[in-house]
Amino acid sequence: MKDATLAQVLEARAGRTPLAVVTRVSDGTQGVVTPDTADALLPPEAVADATRRLAADESGTVVAGGETWFVHAHTPPYRMVVVGAVHIAQPLVKMGVLAGFDTIVIDPRSAFATAERFPGVRVVDLWPDEAMSALGPDSRTAVITLTHDPKLDDAALSVALRSPAFFIGSLGSTRTHAARCKRLRREGFSDSEIARIHGPVGLAIGARAPAEIAAAILAQVVSVRRGGSVTG
Amino acid sequence: MTDSAPHIQAPADTQVAPADEVLAQARRWRETGQAVALATVVATWGSSPRQPGSQLAVNADLDIVGSVSGGCIEGAVIGEAQAAMTDGKARLLEFGVTNERAWEVGLACGGRIQVLVERVGESP
Repeated sequence: MKDATLAQVLEARAGRTPLAVVTRVSDGTQGVVTPDTADALLPPEAVADATRRLAADESGTVVAGGETWFVHAHTPPYRMVVVGAVHIAQPLVKMGVLAGFDTIVIDPRSAFATAERFPGVRVVDLWPDEAMSALGPDSRTAVITLTHDPKLDDAALSVALRSPAFFIGSLGSTRTHAARCKRLRREGFSDSEIARIHGPVGLAIGARAPAEIAAAILAQVVSVRRGGSVTG
Repeated sequence: MTDSAPHIQAPADTQVAPADEVLAQARRWRETGQAVALATVVATWGSSPRQPGSQLAVNADLDIVGSVSGGCIEGAVIGEAQAAMTDGKARLLEFGVTNERAWEVGLACGGRIQVLVERVGESP
């Protein structure tokens, strides 16, 4: 691997952009494929396979032009953004980390958002819209609001709804959610935009304890991400 | 676990050392002018603890970051990595293990694994 290729991979990973390194296993000949570009030295079948693997989030080999090539798909890690450093956030964040999510907690109330309560997780104590805009939710980001405080939840949701986040969920009863939808409509969001919000967030498994509610939420996020049959 | 049960694994990138850390360390070594080789799992058959794309980087002092298996093939991989640092040639290694030896070499349940070893950087 050339030093320049190594630098390119690290830059793509840091910038959360997908990039595949495609290597001929017989001699290490190497090229790079991104969703928009491909090294000219790579056979078209290898480029097509790399493009498919970037979308499918997997690395593996392909035979192209009579040779075996290894496609190493460097895709950005999935992120879980939890708004509200509340009680339920503690088990949810732990579960998110275990499930492989790059997990971030947002809460401007610095008494809640302490590193001690969320060891090993990035805690951001900015106002949610500011924090969310800085994070830039992409199609590999889930956003879950837990605060029950419209000032905080709505600020996060207004950024999330304008982003391609693959999952948006809000904690709160059906009545709370109806009130939330009404406020968002007043802010100018359409019904179909608002319908992206899973609310009340979490699969209906009869969860009561905080860890149970966290499990219901994580299960719903996983199901949406993996195309599971139960998402509502 | 029954045969039909899926193997539950965290994404490869979250195991042992994050992928970023392996490659970032490789670059730090290169920036200080060190010879570096990179080993990458390219294919696995049967049960294997590390998925395609798992990487290990090693420098000439045999400092190691990352992993390509649960353990014992690392020794053989590092030997080939040293050779790659010297001659600049990429090599494809294959390890197959029987069930009996599976635990010994760190490949649970008798897997087969292919590892590509390459030098990082243009000149030795």
